[in-house]
Amino acid sequence: MNIDEANKIAVSRIMEARPILKGVAPAREVIPGMKDNLFLHAGPPIEWGRMSGPLRGAIIGAMLFEGIAKSEAEAVSMAERGEVEFDACHHHGAVGPMAGVISASMKVYIVENAEHGNKSFSNLNEGYGKVLRYGAYSEEVLKRLRWMNDVMGVVLADALAQSNGIDLRALIAEALHMGDEGHNRNKAGSLLFLKLLAPLIAKVVKDEAVEAEVLQFIGDNALSVLNPVMAACKAMADAAHGVEGSTIVTTMARNGTDFGIRVSGLGEKQWFTAPAEIPVGLFFPGFSQADANPDIGDSAITETAGIGGFAMATAPAIVTFVGGTPKDAMNATLEMYEITVAESKYFTIPALDFRGTPTGIDIRKVVELGITPRINTGIAHKNAGIGQVGAGLVRPPLKIFEDALLAFAEKYNL
Amino acid sequence: MSIIKWHIRKGTYYDSVVLMQLQRGLLELPGILDAGVVMATPANRALLAANNLLPEGITANPDDLLIVVKANDETCATNAIGQVDELLARRQSSTSPASSDFRPRSLSAAVKQLPEANWVLVSVPGRYAAGVAREALDLGKHVFLYSDNVPLEDEIALKKTAREKGLLVMGPDCGTAILNGIGLGFANRVRRGPIGVIGASGTGTQAVTVHIHNLGSGVSHAIGTGGRDLKSEVGAITAHQALDVLTRDDETKVIVLLSKPPSPDVATSLISAAQGAGKPVIVYFIGYPPPARKIGNLRYAISLSEAAELAIEELGREGIGASRIPKTPNSRFVRGLFSGGTLAYEIMVGLQASLSPLFSNSPITHSQTLETPLQSKAHTIIDLGDEFFMVGRLHPMIDNDLRIRRMKQEAADPEVGMILFDVVLGEGSHLNPAGEFAPLINEIQKTRNGELEFVAIVIGTDDDPQNLQSQITQLRDVGVLVFRTVTEAVEYVSLRLGNKKDQSFTPVRLDHLKQPFAAINVGLESFYESLISQGAQAVHVEWRPPAGGNEKLASLLEKMKSKKENE
Repeated sequence: MNIDEANKIAVSRIMEARPILKGVAPAREVIPGMKDNLFLHAGPPIEWGRMSGPLRGAIIGAMLFEGIAKSEAEAVSMAERGEVEFDACHHHGAVGPMAGVISASMKVYIVENAEHGNKSFSNLNEGYGKVLRYGAYSEEVLKRLRWMNDVMGVVLADALAQSNGIDLRALIAEALHMGDEGHNRNKAGSLLFLKLLAPLIAKVVKDEAVEAEVLQFIGDNALSVLNPVMAACKAMADAAHGVEGSTIVTTMARNGTDFGIRVSGLGEKQWFTAPAEIPVGLFFPGFSQADANPDIGDSAITETAGIGGFAMATAPAIVTFVGGTPKDAMNATLEMYEITVAESKYFTIPALDFRGTPTGIDIRKVVELGITPRINTGIAHKNAGIGQVGAGLVRPPLKIFEDALLAFAEKYNL
Repeated sequence: MSIIKWHIRKGTYYDSVVLMQLQRGLLELPGILDAGVVMATPANRALLAANNLLPEGITANPDDLLIVVKANDETCATNAIGQVDELLARRQSSTSPASSDFRPRSLSAAVKQLPEANWVLVSVPGRYAAGVAREALDLGKHVFLYSDNVPLEDEIALKKTAREKGLLVMGPDCGTAILNGIGLGFANRVRRGPIGVIGASGTGTQAVTVHIHNLGSGVSHAIGTGGRDLKSEVGAITAHQALDVLTRDDETKVIVLLSKPPSPDVATSLISAAQGAGKPVIVYFIGYPPPARKIGNLRYAISLSEAAELAIEELGREGIGASRIPKTPNSRFVRGLFSGGTLAYEIMVGLQASLSPLFSNSPITHSQTLETPLQSKAHTIIDLGDEFFMVGRLHPMIDNDLRIRRMKQEAADPEVGMILFDVVLGEGSHLNPAGEFAPLINEIQKTRNGELEFVAIVIGTDDDPQNLQSQITQLRDVGVLVFRTVTEAVEYVSLRLGNKKDQSFTPVRLDHLKQPFAAINVGLESFYESLISQGAQAVHVEWRPPAGGNEKLASLLEKMKSKKENE
């Protein structure tokens, strides 16, 4: 076994993966192992008792949405009694932003990796404000979810059925040249998404009011494309998992309590976890650092695949998250080259002379240099239902990379 | 009582992060309790309302910028609103005064940042230094290894690797180098010039280069080797490489070789290599008894300042000149046939470092003794004036017969590639020795197809009775190379036949020395600053002990790195 060679294989699988958005369907029909009383969530696996506010809120909301519980109190007691099951999205080829809760009836995007054949899934993005992914479950939230599922989801499914799919790798590459980094900023990508969807939607929707409503919803939401992008990154990262002898990180995810990573050359369900840190960032009016929940969401899959915080240098509009000047953004990306083994062939950064984004986090480099990955993130309120309170930067605890290194050494008798 | 004041800017768009930043700026102002800066979308207005920051009855569109402050009193609120523009403008400079060029943490990242860097300066603590140096070599970079306390076995391993790759490891414990005009470590600002220095001693190198400068000359390159390079265990690997590269450097006209006392075997091998340099080499092995003041192209100094002075003196000297060295190699033996015993002996002293095995009937050491003076072997210098030959004969300065017969004998030996002889003119000597040797040599060359080299040392003045000029001309006419001093002859013979240096190593690329100096600095930041102030290109690595100094993880990482070689 040669670690460097194994890592080359793993990272080339990340880069060569070709995620194509193929369709939209209810989770129970497409997500492997999905069932009616199963609730998938972001991050590493976690039991109800240890879940943070936003994640609990989202679970409650999803139980109400599914009709499994009639009230918040009933949902909580069912969860406490173990009458519903929980599992990590990542164990089912899925990812979800923030709480990342996916239940059986929810419509999900289906992404296929045309290069390696694996599939991945993500839920539909609700937009800003009071939303399920931040743990809100008021009637307003549920109503929007129902509309998304029953109206927009159907439209999207029909629209995508008209096409050969949307090439997400190409979309991301283009968005990076338009000032997105693919995690905190998806303005350009969402507009590109709308551009690609609009003619398809126009073809399949008979009711002009519905058409307008759906187009408006996608267009107004600068995060519309986040979920397909995350699914694309998931498809890329999954393709790289299970390469014998590779020290490349294939998952970084947080559930609001723990930060977890998985490593290509280690087990499928072998997580290394430690308490998630509280992101540092800028806050919306009326909120402060004291309101922030520990880091949450599967969206760190973007950094795992080499965009997001790793592509900071290409997103000058949001440089204030990293210090304030384009140079800080540049430095953020340059720092990530230190802990990665390759530069993306497909995602390039004009400001760095079209250098590829830093791709393929090597746990050896992280431990040796003591540099942890930079993750751009939204910040959730620590109490369920309040929603997003800011956005900023977070890093995983160094310890989980050290633990992974020790486990790797043990498995390979080093 | 608090009051709320607001301000609306119609149709003004700012990215939300800019607005959050502005909001933070407002909160820092005196008397401000809360602030909200948003584009007035319904969602944002709801957000303000939820925090009791939405003034009643305002009309604003989603395209409008809405700034709201809650303050202790009217004055504070008005003041805050009035500062919005300033805060927006100040944003860039105030938020990150520390914005600066990226400082890489690893050597590999630094190399990407400055790919043209050929040199890596290492000054991290000793126990980490070899690891950093090894990484630099793996990346194809020369190493200036300032760190001390590097184990000897690491030094040997590093230098062997470097030699295979054609790279220099200057050090460990190397204080001084000057490359292409740029000083590394502790170095003086000296003029560029024709003198190359190889120094196993940092301060010694400083003293010599400074003196060269103060005497009006200058330095091409000063290459440090580290104090242990000339120990037997290391075998002067770096010094040999440095000698080789400075030999090939046209800008270097004279080389100074400095060291504390080297191991005798190392001294011999270096001197032998220096004799093959084809340019003057000043040797100063501090405390090592010089075998002579001047032998061939070598001059032995007895102090640092004298080393500098001799170097400058040698600049003016016309060496025997590379042009006089034939292009075709001569790898056979020399046979020296001398009439003058002292001349023979001095030739022995001059050649013994570079020619081996070397024999004589008048040896310096016992091991050089011929079994019989009548039969030469390998390289041989014969003193035909020795008592052994003198029984019943005239001295060979008067009677050439013995030398003529011996010359024929040697010429018949196909292993012989050069015949060296002296022609001592003056009162009492044969009146036309050249007149006897020239026809013989002509005859010999017919049987040897002209490929046997003849070298003569002619000792005489233009007032001597033999007619010096005619003697020289007669010899030259039959292809004899004529020198007027033993020293020149030693230089020539060493260059022509000397033990070829151990050329198993990959030569150091001369263009690496000649390219504008660019380096990566790992360790002491002052070395980086010094490079920058000298106008060199440099990148400083923000180095930290691997795995934060955790020995267990660090050794594990080391294993995971070297896995390739193990399997």
